[in-house]
Amino acid sequence: MVHVLAAETAVDTGLSAVSDNLVLAMIVVYAVALFCFVFEAAYGRRESLKGTRLVAVGASEGESEGLTVNLRAREPEAKASRHVLGRVGLGVTALGFVLSLAQIVTRGLAADRWPWGNMFEFVIAICLCGVAAFLFAAFRYKAHYLGAFVLVPVLLLLGIAVRWLYSESGPVVPALDSYWIAIHVSALIMATGAFMVSGSATITYLVAHSTETRRSLGEKVSGIAAKLPSPELLDRLAHRMIVLGFPLWTFGVIAGSIWADEAWGRFWGWDPKEVWSFITWVVYAAYLHARATAGWQGKKAAWISLVGFACLLFNFFGVNYLFSGLHSYA
Amino acid sequence: MRTALVLLFLLALGAIPGSLLPQRGVSVEQVQNYFLDNPDLAPWLDRFFLFDVYSSPWYAAIYLLLFVSLAGCVLPRAAAHYRLLRAAPPRTPRRLDRMPYSATLSTDAAPEEALRRARTLLKGYRIADHGDSLSAETGYLRETGNVVFHLALLGLLVSLAVGAFFGYRGNTLIVEGDGFANTLPSYDAFHPGSAVDPSGIQPFWLRVDDFDASFIEEGDLSGQASSFSADVTYREGPDSPERTHVLEVNHPLEVDGAQVYLLGHGYAPTFRVTDADGQVVFDQPVPFLDRGTANLTADGVVKVPDIAPEQLGFTAVFLPSAASGENGDLVSDFPDARNPVVVLKGFRGDLGLDSGNSQSVYQLYTEKMEEIGDSPALAPGDSWELPDGSATIEFTGYRDYVSIQVTSNPARVPALTAAVAAVLGLLCTLFVQPRRMWVRAGTGGDGRTVVEIGGLVKTEGAASLRRFHELATQLNQELREPGSADPGVEKE
Repeated sequence: MVHVLAAETAVDTGLSAVSDNLVLAMIVVYAVALFCFVFEAAYGRRESLKGTRLVAVGASEGESEGLTVNLRAREPEAKASRHVLGRVGLGVTALGFVLSLAQIVTRGLAADRWPWGNMFEFVIAICLCGVAAFLFAAFRYKAHYLGAFVLVPVLLLLGIAVRWLYSESGPVVPALDSYWIAIHVSALIMATGAFMVSGSATITYLVAHSTETRRSLGEKVSGIAAKLPSPELLDRLAHRMIVLGFPLWTFGVIAGSIWADEAWGRFWGWDPKEVWSFITWVVYAAYLHARATAGWQGKKAAWISLVGFACLLFNFFGVNYLFSGLHSYA
Repeated sequence: MRTALVLLFLLALGAIPGSLLPQRGVSVEQVQNYFLDNPDLAPWLDRFFLFDVYSSPWYAAIYLLLFVSLAGCVLPRAAAHYRLLRAAPPRTPRRLDRMPYSATLSTDAAPEEALRRARTLLKGYRIADHGDSLSAETGYLRETGNVVFHLALLGLLVSLAVGAFFGYRGNTLIVEGDGFANTLPSYDAFHPGSAVDPSGIQPFWLRVDDFDASFIEEGDLSGQASSFSADVTYREGPDSPERTHVLEVNHPLEVDGAQVYLLGHGYAPTFRVTDADGQVVFDQPVPFLDRGTANLTADGVVKVPDIAPEQLGFTAVFLPSAASGENGDLVSDFPDARNPVVVLKGFRGDLGLDSGNSQSVYQLYTEKMEEIGDSPALAPGDSWELPDGSATIEFTGYRDYVSIQVTSNPARVPALTAAVAAVLGLLCTLFVQPRRMWVRAGTGGDGRTVVEIGGLVKTEGAASLRRFHELATQLNQELREPGSADPGVEKE
């Protein structure tokens, strides 16, 4: 019979303080970026996005001399509000991302463990992945116009995390002490980041869609809504993000059930968290099916993906605070 | 597809009540408490199986319908895909300019040379030659992935069903130093699947040699456990050699197809009861159950049947680290046994053990008993002489116990295989882009060779069109290079 008493909590307080300061710095930096993006959205000029077009149709470039190309369907108009501040915003967001990464690394080093063991850490990590997904979309698909729509939820989440969810850096309960935390939680956090960008794109899509409808009715639209990119473009981006997030989510849930099999003695036990992960999965699966079903594309599919996002948020906040289950680490 | 969509929504919607209401499959006690708190509502909810949502007929109806619709959709698609896999790419249509992507170019190279070059450029495509044209197809894996994903979901469902029929789960407590044989009577709770013969479960045996727990001592997280581990010795069967294993929270013991999990731990105070003649009538550890309030304050019951003239029973509270609370009462301020204290309440009379009704060892049935008083706070080694002098009870110390769960689920590995197949299938179906491409070369009116290129893609996104354009540009470039007109020169 030995009861070992951990004489000291193994937390490096210096690093832990650095990490706490980094959270605040991160919030300031993202707020600056948000300002830039909002400015761009409101006061920028609507210009075509370079690099999104497949071919300058019909034009003979040097390398394709003599080649006549014919595309049956026009690609959606790729125009968005642009301003030099938007480019600054992108750089500032990248800086915020680096700070966020540094925060997570220092917190992990401070506690000498994988840095996602409580709600505070989850939120920070989700924001990191959300911003990463946004930066990816901004560079790959020129989707910098989503900046404001992604940074608003990110700042809200960070605010909630600092104000209400903060907990000191420290070791986790034994059930979380497994390498599966790196696999299961990372996959789900990354999926959540992708879903977050998709949710932002979907909301933007709905606004742009109603702008387009109003325009076609002859109404005059002004303000930020008037300068949004075309709904098709936003819809595509939202879809791409879900296509990225959905397999990650599936993998994360399966990794979780492998871990549950190891830690709790069953791989699926209808714990509230498991139930809501399942519901989220089913709703996003429904979204993917809806896009392939006649009469469900466009706005209807967009609403389904928003329902999925609502389930995701409920799974994160509702389940942890309203229900008691095996995933209560609040 | 529309049916599938509606059923998917029903599946999600139907899962919600199971997270709002306590479920028998998760915790029978919580359901009982719900019945006590809501005596009018609960029976009604129960009529709609709302305490067994995931095993209810209506939920089964939703997922079975979904899987019937899935099978009805996927099996024909699988057959069609199988035929497609064995067939050559479809013949070149007459009008390529009707394709989503089409391009034309003219060259001095011969038509055969143009087709030969197109063929080498179309790497990874399956190609069929039609003389003056060729058709190429790639990305078969998308539909393969789609079929695999949906079939894997069916496989997962079957695995879950098999597990529910042939698996079992049991819980028990083992006091440090004691052994456990995997037989039905060893369990406090046993949940067999309907096809399980409880007398035929794996005949393994194990003993808990030592248990360690460590707790965080300082800071906000003080009292939080930082690790548990139990050293166990086990034998697969009566004739197998003894082996050892360190049982930890994320480190179950795998024995003969069953898994043994460490779920929790607690204290089993040891008591010695001596009757008026000085004879020891009771001397053993008694596992106490964590009250769940704070710092492992635990309740237990000591039943002393073998004492005359009347049997004795005690209800007791164990505080691992006793300290004075705000109101001067005793509380435990740490989960580790820094200052273990027991307080007993004694009863005398008939324990009811011979009545034939089964009794819980954690409950004292006091209908036929009379209270004889409370003990002072006892530290290890302290004794309490009952007020009537009929006996003395000594709190001799404590041992740890572990609560374990044994599960046997023959469908674990099939379920995992199905899940992995589902993820792989999903990746293929989401990221592989099937493309068809045709190239036709002939001699135009001016005597030059005219090459027509057509590309067809069924998925959304510009990526495929970009791939077509790359191939067309590359072909154009190659055919323009000097020397390409000479069919005799091989270019690498």
